Amino acid sequence: MLKVKDLHARINGKEILKGLNLEIKPGEVHAIMGPNGAGKSTLSMVLAGNPAYEVTEGTAEFNGKDLLAMAPEIRSHEGLFYGFQYPVEIPGVSMVNFMRAAVNAKREYFNQPPMSASEFLKMMREKRAVVELDNKLASRSVNEGFSGGEKKRNEIFQMAVLEPKLSILDETDSGLDVDALRIVAEGVNKLKSENNATIVITHYQRLLDYIKPEFIHVLYKGRIVKSGGPELALEIEERGYDWIKEEVDNQ
Amino acid sequence: MTMSALDQYLNLYRDHKGVIDAHSAPALNAMRPEAAAVLDTATLPACDTDNYENCDLEGMLAPDYGLNIANVNMGVDPKVTFRCDVPMLSTALFMLVNDRFAETSRSRLNLPEGVEIGSLKAFAEKEPELVARYYGAAANIANPVVALDTLLAQDGLYLRVRKGVKVEKPIQLINILDSAAPLMAVRRVLVIIEEEASAKLLVCDHTQNQNVDFMALETVEIFVERNAEFDYYSLEESSEKTNRISALYLQQGACSKVGIDGITLFNGTTRNEYYCSFTGEDADLHLYGMGIEDRSRKVSTFTRIEHNAPRCRSNELFKYTIDDTAQGAFTGRIYVAPGAVKTEAYQSNRNLLGSDEAKMHTRPELEIYNDDVKCSHGSAIGQLDASQMFYMRTRGLDEATARLLLKQAFMADVIDGIRVETLRERLHIMTERRFAGEASACAGCSACGSNKE
Repeated sequence: MLKVKDLHARINGKEILKGLNLEIKPGEVHAIMGPNGAGKSTLSMVLAGNPAYEVTEGTAEFNGKDLLAMAPEIRSHEGLFYGFQYPVEIPGVSMVNFMRAAVNAKREYFNQPPMSASEFLKMMREKRAVVELDNKLASRSVNEGFSGGEKKRNEIFQMAVLEPKLSILDETDSGLDVDALRIVAEGVNKLKSENNATIVITHYQRLLDYIKPEFIHVLYKGRIVKSGGPELALEIEERGYDWIKEEVDNQ
Repeated sequence: MTMSALDQYLNLYRDHKGVIDAHSAPALNAMRPEAAAVLDTATLPACDTDNYENCDLEGMLAPDYGLNIANVNMGVDPKVTFRCDVPMLSTALFMLVNDRFAETSRSRLNLPEGVEIGSLKAFAEKEPELVARYYGAAANIANPVVALDTLLAQDGLYLRVRKGVKVEKPIQLINILDSAAPLMAVRRVLVIIEEEASAKLLVCDHTQNQNVDFMALETVEIFVERNAEFDYYSLEESSEKTNRISALYLQQGACSKVGIDGITLFNGTTRNEYYCSFTGEDADLHLYGMGIEDRSRKVSTFTRIEHNAPRCRSNELFKYTIDDTAQGAFTGRIYVAPGAVKTEAYQSNRNLLGSDEAKMHTRPELEIYNDDVKCSHGSAIGQLDASQMFYMRTRGLDEATARLLLKQAFMADVIDGIRVETLRERLHIMTERRFAGEASACAGCSACGSNKE
């Protein structure tokens, strides 16, 4: 589904990713962990298509297509979802109008007619239930005045609406209390199938108690320096990142 | 030396004084000599001088427009060709065709006793003393815009709501510019809302001929007496070849509540001036405005709110989006007199620039002469937020759609300040269509006959 090869990227002239390789297949859940400043957010921003980041070398193939050549909205239509670490507030744009525009933009991309009003509202109701999102929030402006937990739930709600093939969840656990974390994680698990895949980017192991990835990757200095199974996350939880840093720095 | 713009109007007046007076009323004619005397010594403020940033009055008034001073029938019947963008069918509807008053079949619907509305000329003939008492009483003749309007205005709208009479539904006035040759329309609006009365007036400006040069000059005087309420909505949907110069003067009595909204959806070059004054205590003013400027359109707004009485509140918000090579300017001044204690005055101007060539000039000013006040002012010129744009694009919205939604959102608080629900909803839709780049905001409205490319 996703094949990233030798990816180099920079922002404001500073190189952050320095030759990253990653392959994800349908049905898989991967976790990308790593210390602060390793390049986790840069990787997700580059995959999502943030124009502030510049790819200088390497390739990323998404379902056989050149991901890096696509505008962010085309990546979304093609099935990539990016769940923000800090969801953006958009005062004056209602969630309902925003989601209707998003759903219909995707349908237009696939030459389908816009969804009828009743069909759309029915779908919104169903998807809200996935993350127990209050109806009131859906009628408010996008993320405006939402609590930290509500914002993250709102991200998973949008993921549910857009039905992506690959979801990148960036530090979805940050700023969440245990109850909110559980609801968000359950939402992600409900949406999991053998046809889609998930990348969970996280600093801590905590989220991985709820969303159980088969593959753990450690990102350090702009590259994936270690990969393993769930036991790697537990080892990091116990020992921190220093031993991995030392391994890399001594090479 | 070439003739200044003012000279051509003074010459017209002196050459045709008899014709101008003959097609107007004595109360209006009585003011013309004083206006001529003011203009004899006046010069129009130059572009980019204080309070006239991005505003070239001389240039706007320089073209050789025709004026229909003899009230010649121009063969125009807009009642046939025109239907409004803001169809509120229960509203009483009046028209000024160029600058002449015209009744419509919907003029007298639903108007209660005690509402006097019609041609200013006709009322000035019928009730000369009353009109003379108010005509020119609020507007400052030293303002060359007012002097020029006073010199040439022959008709307009008169609205008086008698003491205690409440008019629920908005009254609508449509100003139509319709001519095959370049034309200047000079109109005057006089509104008197007596004690305890209430009314709402929606004024829509339309240009029928998109390829003809027009100049619309108006002075609006509004008197809102003690405990009265009045909302005034001015909605411009003219053309790129229409110049508009409007000076509005408001006097508010004690405990009155007034809302003024100036909305520019489509225009050419627009100058809007608002002079608001509290003459009694404990009154409220809501002064809002917005403009959507693209291509080479221009808008310049000047506001002055005078807190001359204690315990009054004013809330001012103006927003503009400026794209392409368009230009905008906002100058807002709040004056608080020494005795006007417990004044609350808030002013805000926010602007979005959408291109490297777009220009906006903003100048918020407070002038406060006592300590016991709550006042604030702020202004900002910025661009659409890149993080909001990116967020929307990751959800599948293309750049154009994201920009459209963000611009609409930007204008939402101005529109939400409108107190007539049907107008508020209609304006949200019209603004959306305007930002979507449709040729006319009314496109898609089957009731509308002015939907031209």
